[in-house]
Amino acid sequence: MDIQERIKEIVEGSGVVLFMKGNTDFPQCGFSGRAVQILQACGSEFETVDVLADDQIREGIKVYSNWPTIPQLYIRGEFVGGSDIMLELYQSGDLKDQLTPS
Amino acid sequence: MVTPEEIKTWIEEKLESAVVEVEGDGQHFYATVSSPDFAGKSMVVQHQMVYAALGDKMKADIHALSMKTVVPGE
Repeated sequence: MDIQERIKEIVEGSGVVLFMKGNTDFPQCGFSGRAVQILQACGSEFETVDVLADDQIREGIKVYSNWPTIPQLYIRGEFVGGSDIMLELYQSGDLKDQLTPS
Repeated sequence: MVTPEEIKTWIEEKLESAVVEVEGDGQHFYATVSSPDFAGKSMVVQHQMVYAALGDKMKADIHALSMKTVVPGE
């Protein structure tokens, strides 16, 4: 399967999925760690994909969203942003609203 | 090593209307980018515009960049 199709299946098959470096217990980068903390603070359940474990995903996800950095958050198939946007949405309360299916 | 001034210049060359401030230590940078061109666009699109201005520099030269985008007057 083409990597873009694989990524599409991952993001559309999960409610909330964070592409990050490392995992929730051992984030391998400060921005990924911050993204995990934000989602945990929202009390949301989420899945993670460790891009360091798969080079195809690591490069493919940047093409998929036209976004050159990791982490990347997707909610119900939609790209939400990186850790800066997550922090702003968290502080404004919008992230919690988006995480809760209406 | 990349300096904050270089990043400021790179962004301003491509986003001509932007007012850019960059702080950083050569590894981690924090950019505040203000532009009237951001008006009416989502945060994702605003950040994509800055990333696009930096192009391949994001892959090669800049390891960690935080940013905040601002529409003047909002």
